[in-house]
Amino acid sequence: MYKLMIVDDSNIIRNRIQRAYDSGQFTLVATATSGVAAIEKFNVHRPDVITMDLTMPQMDGLECIEKIIAIDPDVRILVVSALSDKATGIEALSLGASGFLCKPFSEEELVEALEELMQD
Amino acid sequence: MKEQKLQIFLDIVSRYFQQFGGAELVVDTPYLLENEQPKVHDYTGVIGISGVQKGVVYFSATRELLECILDNMGEQDKGEDNLVDLAGEVANTIAGNARNEFGATFHISVPLVFKGSPQSIILPKNERSFIIPVTWQNRVGEIVVCLQD
Repeated sequence: MYKLMIVDDSNIIRNRIQRAYDSGQFTLVATATSGVAAIEKFNVHRPDVITMDLTMPQMDGLECIEKIIAIDPDVRILVVSALSDKATGIEALSLGASGFLCKPFSEEELVEALEELMQD
Repeated sequence: MKEQKLQIFLDIVSRYFQQFGGAELVVDTPYLLENEQPKVHDYTGVIGISGVQKGVVYFSATRELLECILDNMGEQDKGEDNLVDLAGEVANTIAGNARNEFGATFHISVPLVFKGSPQSIILPKNERSFIIPVTWQNRVGEIVVCLQD
C-alpha cells in the first residue's frame, strides 16, 4: 500500500482525486491546499506518492516540487495541472516530478497515471 | 485580439465538457461586447493574464450549470463553497490549457471568484471582449476573453 498526498487548492479536484485513486494500492495520508502546507505535511506524513497542482497561492507547485525533492529524491510526484504547454511539463520533470497529467482528466486517466508512476 | 485566436478557446471549452462524455456542448455564435458592462451569470471565475499577452479570461455560469458539472464529476456536495470553487477551477483550466497554444509566456493568475455582479470593473477599460455563450444539458454559461496583443 502506497501512502498518497494530494496537493491542490481546489476542494472539488481533491475530492475527485480521492474518489479515483481508491483502487486498493493507495492510502490517503494527507491533503494540502498550497505549496507551503504541502511541505509541512510532507515532513509529517512522508508519503510515497504526491499529486501536485501547479497554480496555487503562497507557493506554486514547481517551487514545491523542488523543495520536496530536496528533502526526499525518491518520492514520486504526479503533476496534475491545467498548464498544458511543453515548457512547463519539461520544467516540472527536470525539477524531479515523475509524471504529468493535464486537466481536465477522467478518473480512469488519473488511476492509470498513478499506477504507471509506481511501476517505473 | 484577433478572431483566429478565438478558435483556441472554442476548442478548449469543448474539450473541457467532453471529459464527461454524454451530452455535447452547444457553442453559440461569439460576439463582441464593450467592457463597460461585463456580462456575468450567478458565479464567475476570473483569471488575469500577463506576459506577452495581457488581459482577462473568465468563465461565468448559472448555478444550474455548475450543479450539473458537479453531478457529472460525481460530487455530492453542491454547497456554496463548491460552486465557487468550480467556477474558479473551470476558468483556471481554460486559461491554463491556452498555454499549449500561446506558450509559457502566457502567464495566468490564481482564480478570483465572485458571486453575482462584480463590485468593481474586472475588464480593461476602452476595450472589447469576445463573449462565447455556451449551453450544456440546457444550462447556460459563457467564456469571456479580453486579450491585448
